[in-house]
Amino acid sequence: MDHKVDRRGFLKLAGMGAGVVFASRLALNSGSALAAGYGSGSGADADDFFFVQMSDTHWGFSGDKVNPDAKGTLQKAVAAVNALEHAPDFIFFTGDLTHTTDDPKERRRRLAEFKDIVSKLNVKNVRFTPGEHDASLDFGAAYQEFFGDTHYTFEHKGIQFIVLDNVSDPTASLGTNQLAWLKKVLDGFSKDQNIVVFTHRPLFDLYPQWDWATRDGQAAIDLLMPYNNVTVFYGHIHQQNYHMTGHIAHHSAQSLMFPLPPPGSQPKRMPVPWNPETPYKGIGFRETQAEVKEHGFNITEYPVVKA
Amino acid sequence: MRTKHYLGVVALLAGVMGLGAVLADTPVSEQAQMVIPNPGEQVIKVSSHKFEFVPAAITLKKGVPVVFELTSTDVIMGFNVPDFKNRATIIPGVVTRIRIVPDKVGTFTFFCDIFCGAGHEEMSGLITVEA
Ligand SMILES: [Cu+2]
Ligand SMILES: [Fe+2]
Repeated sequence: MDHKVDRRGFLKLAGMGAGVVFASRLALNSGSALAAGYGSGSGADADDFFFVQMSDTHWGFSGDKVNPDAKGTLQKAVAAVNALEHAPDFIFFTGDLTHTTDDPKERRRRLAEFKDIVSKLNVKNVRFTPGEHDASLDFGAAYQEFFGDTHYTFEHKGIQFIVLDNVSDPTASLGTNQLAWLKKVLDGFSKDQNIVVFTHRPLFDLYPQWDWATRDGQAAIDLLMPYNNVTVFYGHIHQQNYHMTGHIAHHSAQSLMFPLPPPGSQPKRMPVPWNPETPYKGIGFRETQAEVKEHGFNITEYPVVKA
Repeated sequence: MRTKHYLGVVALLAGVMGLGAVLADTPVSEQAQMVIPNPGEQVIKVSSHKFEFVPAAITLKKGVPVVFELTSTDVIMGFNVPDFKNRATIIPGVVTRIRIVPDKVGTFTFFCDIFCGAGHEEMSGLITVEA
């Protein structure tokens, strides 16, 4: 990753103590894709916009050693997003909205509570996709009662957003039907179409030993590969990660409940314990500015609570 | 005969448990019904239930192939050993076999890769391969 400085408003945005990531179309095309740093750019375009990615809120989780504020972190995240200086055009939740439960009634209770809390977001254009915690025990049935389709597309200011579901199938697969659907969607786009994919799990083999993969994710990457401007935003691994598959950039988001350790950094994948010295460390969300003209993305990471 | 019978059971259980679509996507070879231990080959029985494998710690010798006989006493489970690029779907009531050739020394994770409930993410074990 090379580092770039982009001054356009980002220092203000970064005032909450977060890092800023800048991506230009040039960088995307040249394969280096993402430049991290405190950023800014050249003149704003009327079509430029921000969106916020929130992920892995795990509503219903309990465990004081991991997050003693499990019942209050999501509300703080909502307040932090509402307090953003630039209101995002939309907000996207990349799954694990709720923490899993074997009780279908409790699952619905958690989904309902989650929905109620995020209804307090000032921005009303809010979209979702499930994580395995929401959907893998009932093939997405309860999730769909509250949030509708698990895979779909939408367009915003010239960017085509594709939402992929790699969790309603408990084997963590997209499945042949969804892959066929994806192919059909992509067939309708020009090779230079700017495409953003939202999904829960990494589509590439990030660290299969910790189940950080999608069984047939490579098939989706293969379908996306002919397109020149593709960026994937996902969750699941509860930390930021940046990875390229060819010219396709993949960005994972922090969790809004607890961080997980870096891949392979310890024998078992266990939540990072809460440290009273650094409360809420590793818990946050991101704001992304899409520069439509440049087909690039400026990514700003926010802690859920100001340091 | 035996194979057909297994596949019948798989299809039946898959239908009952609503997993038809899921398993239809899994090539039969991957379901590892066909592995039959060679004479004298080491066989390790691993049973599974929510949310553990028994045993969860297994020691192997480098270069000595081993057949895992996998069973589940409650729900459909996965058995995935990424470091040896092998996995299996374990259907309750069916013995599923996979062969692993431990070609490197070290400690390697195996885990359930089919989401099976609240404790799913803790459902894992370790294979230690000695020289
Ligand atoms: Cu997840
Ligand atoms: Fe998660």
